[in-house]
Amino acid sequence: MSRVDHTQRKVPLSYRLHIDLPLLTGLFLLSLFGLLVIYSAGGEDIDMLSRQFIRVSIAFTVLFIAAQTPPHWLKIITFWLFVIGLLMLFAVPFIGETHKGAQRWLNFGVILIQPSEMMKLIIPMMVAAYLSEMRLPPTPKHQAIAALLIIVPVLLIAKQPDLGTSLLIASSGFFVLFLAGISWRIIGGMVLSSAALLPLLWFYLMKPYQKQRVLTFLNPESDPRGTGYHIIQSKIAIGSGGGFGKGWLNGTQSQLEFLPERHTDFIFAVLAEEFGLLGVLILFGLYLFIIFRGLYIASQAQETYTRLLAGGITMIFFTYFMVNVGMVSGLLPVVGLPLPMVSYGGTSMVTIMAAFGILMSIHTHRRLLNK
Amino acid sequence: MIPALKNHHFESRLFRFRVLLAAGFVLLMVGVLTLRMVNLQIFQHEHYSTLSDDNRVHTISIAPQRGRIYDRNGVLLANNHTTFRLEITPMQVEDMDETLERLSKIISFSEEDLERFQRERKRSRRFSAVPLRFSLNPEEVARFEVNRHQFPGVAIQDYQSRHYPLHNLTAHTVGYIGRINEEESQQVDPFLYQATEHIGKTGVEHYYEGLLHGTPGVRQVESNVLGRVIRVLEETPPTPGDNIFLTIDSELQAIANEAMGDYRGAIVAINPKSGEILTILSNPSFNANLFVNGIGREAYRELRDSKYRPLFNRFLRGQYPPGSTIKPLVALAGLELGHTHAEKETYCPGWYRIKGYKHKYRDWKKRGHGKTDVDKAIVESCDVYFYDLAFNMGIDNINEYMAQFGFGTQTGADITGEQPGVLPSRDWKRIHREEPWYPGETLSVGIGQGFFTITPMQLASAIATFANQGQRMQPHLLYATQGVGTSNPQLQPYQPLNHIEIKEQKNWDKVYESMRRVVHSKRGTARKLGKKSKYTIAGKTGTAQVYTVQQDEEYDEKSLPEHLKDHALFVAFAPLEDPEIAIAVIVEHGGHGGSVAAPVAKKIMDRYLLERRG
Repeated sequence: MSRVDHTQRKVPLSYRLHIDLPLLTGLFLLSLFGLLVIYSAGGEDIDMLSRQFIRVSIAFTVLFIAAQTPPHWLKIITFWLFVIGLLMLFAVPFIGETHKGAQRWLNFGVILIQPSEMMKLIIPMMVAAYLSEMRLPPTPKHQAIAALLIIVPVLLIAKQPDLGTSLLIASSGFFVLFLAGISWRIIGGMVLSSAALLPLLWFYLMKPYQKQRVLTFLNPESDPRGTGYHIIQSKIAIGSGGGFGKGWLNGTQSQLEFLPERHTDFIFAVLAEEFGLLGVLILFGLYLFIIFRGLYIASQAQETYTRLLAGGITMIFFTYFMVNVGMVSGLLPVVGLPLPMVSYGGTSMVTIMAAFGILMSIHTHRRLLNK
Repeated sequence: MIPALKNHHFESRLFRFRVLLAAGFVLLMVGVLTLRMVNLQIFQHEHYSTLSDDNRVHTISIAPQRGRIYDRNGVLLANNHTTFRLEITPMQVEDMDETLERLSKIISFSEEDLERFQRERKRSRRFSAVPLRFSLNPEEVARFEVNRHQFPGVAIQDYQSRHYPLHNLTAHTVGYIGRINEEESQQVDPFLYQATEHIGKTGVEHYYEGLLHGTPGVRQVESNVLGRVIRVLEETPPTPGDNIFLTIDSELQAIANEAMGDYRGAIVAINPKSGEILTILSNPSFNANLFVNGIGREAYRELRDSKYRPLFNRFLRGQYPPGSTIKPLVALAGLELGHTHAEKETYCPGWYRIKGYKHKYRDWKKRGHGKTDVDKAIVESCDVYFYDLAFNMGIDNINEYMAQFGFGTQTGADITGEQPGVLPSRDWKRIHREEPWYPGETLSVGIGQGFFTITPMQLASAIATFANQGQRMQPHLLYATQGVGTSNPQLQPYQPLNHIEIKEQKNWDKVYESMRRVVHSKRGTARKLGKKSKYTIAGKTGTAQVYTVQQDEEYDEKSLPEHLKDHALFVAFAPLEDPEIAIAVIVEHGGHGGSVAAPVAKKIMDRYLLERRG
């Protein structure tokens, strides 16, 4: 049961370090692009840049460590991680800390932990682990259990409230199910029932500010000074960028502070303003490259658990990217999700890099089969 | 165990198919996002570029420099000084109270400064600087600069401040500017005054605001979401206001001021041929510089409540009975309208009584003037002669004739706030007193008393008109204007008003001669003036009653409190042969016109006629 046999064959150094070079390159370029835009969006603040640089470094370290962890170890601890995560989510409403009107954090004295952030990774791991034990495609019973594994934490997170994260987690769980091969009838049924759940969501779960966001999304010009302001200014930034942009550090919308949240959730607008469509296409290219590399790794994975997990992780990353760009460009309601690997801030970056570490681990811990 | 039951091959194929589907979905979505970007960045690029420019580019108005004011000889009356003020930008200050507390140890500011600061702070945006203290002296500037690092958000700013170098001397004429208040800001053209902080409040500063203000410049700037200016894109400099030259002669003004000394009253001297106001004074006066940046409440109260009323513009707004100074004009009216003639004599026993009435109208000379013709009536200022003449003429004739000299209406001089005085008539009394006209009231008007009131400006203008053979000239203060970049000031043309018809020149000459004899004959009421005069003066003294002496009372100057004493008046023009100056002097509660007001007029005429420059 030996994995890569280092002695018999000349194996590239990156494989011995459990690193996937194409993925690493893509992520490296993306975070470099991010640092470039953050420097501009933050008003050329060196302190801010160096703080983010430290976060990027930490995130890459996390990636490296995660890559060393064999996938079957992960599978063993998945169930316990899930239980702990769920317990923490239950604890949040009672002992959680509130910041900016949302109760999302648990204070463990030395460290503030955001259980919902961890769940982004734990849910696809859990669903993948559960389904990998079953015959695929899963039977209705197994599907129902898997759905339960997803829905309970999603509701808990939605209640915090953190709609963006809960939707993201729901979709990640869904992608794992989808990759596991659930039938199209069930997929259609899920789409229909979630459509039916929408009114329920609207009347019972959503806070007034969330409803306002959706209304604003439908017609931003109705409230240009209030909730519509973000999206109007963001579209102005993107549109005025044109084909080649206003140039680095020259975006008036961002430099003159018309654009809110410009180094966090709306950083894509800064990039689009300063680098134009050309910069946008480069960014899209980088994302596509990373996503396709992820899907390739998933397709090459040899076990059900690893391939479901690799596919799930890749699709979360894609959803992250799509929802953020969609929201900043006015295609989707504002839900408060960062642009993965680019936005200022460390939490989601660490999670994402841990995920990509797992992806690399999956790829580099394969048994090499001879033809 | 269970995995053994799995069909690996089937699962693998299913999975790869689903991954392919997922990849297709990813491509589809990225395609949608790309289309969205192309739409926003290429097809709608112009639309959003315009919106973006609207966001960032703003037009800022630059205040023009206010025109200077000079006297006719180019002596500065109003100048712009660069001075320093202390400003605080609230946004950059962390703890305002603490900052103010520390600041007060370095630069003193009063409670009022602080109140004004807090008031303005509420009105302005957080990133704009609000002045705390004006007119810092160099020592204060230095003291602050040394400590400035301790005061983020506090800065010293230079600014243009109006300065009136002659202080009290021209305060009522030039007036002053002050910070634009709420009411004014709604009246002015918002484009012109966008950047202007001050506006003319009184006097010439107010009247010629339009000339002095100038046109603001425009600066296109890029500003951030808070409106703070980031950089200048384009600039059109402002056009400064015109410099203006006034007709007054500041040296003559100084002589007038000196001659008035502690007397309260007014002087107006006019060139009869042009209507130019040569000197104009209201005494006591005040320091106009105090008002430029907002006078302190305490200082203002002191000025306002002073019993000598230094803020009151006497030459423009003071309404006094003309007293006997009106007699030459009443005599002229009588002669021209044929109600009297040069030889007609009236007997003056010291009083006058209308037939059928008991009331005695007194003459100032208790013993009476005896037989009096028009010449003697003017020279010795006989009241009884004018009671009789006025009674014969009737109020309608008097009113009509006097109106030609401009009594009862503003002269229209180019200074703000003029009062019209009162030239009484039947209509006037009906409207203002709701009573009919009584014949006895005509008598009072005949000697310049009763309802008849004039402003010193009107009186001087009337005498100037008489001196100028009935041609009224518009009294004015604007001598010349000088626009930007023009080296030579543009002289203002004279503006003739109505010409009073001369029926018989000999009537006018008769009155001229009598006025000469007021000064240059042994019995004239201003004979002291004529003794050493190097030129011929035509004049008339006057004494205006403030206090009505009852039928059985005596007017005893010594026993009366000062504020009830008569006003002393004197009008004159000189030289008689070719009048160059006409003057009216009023000394409040000064007693007799000949002894108090006449010497003041003489000093001014001496200076003007004998020592004039150029």
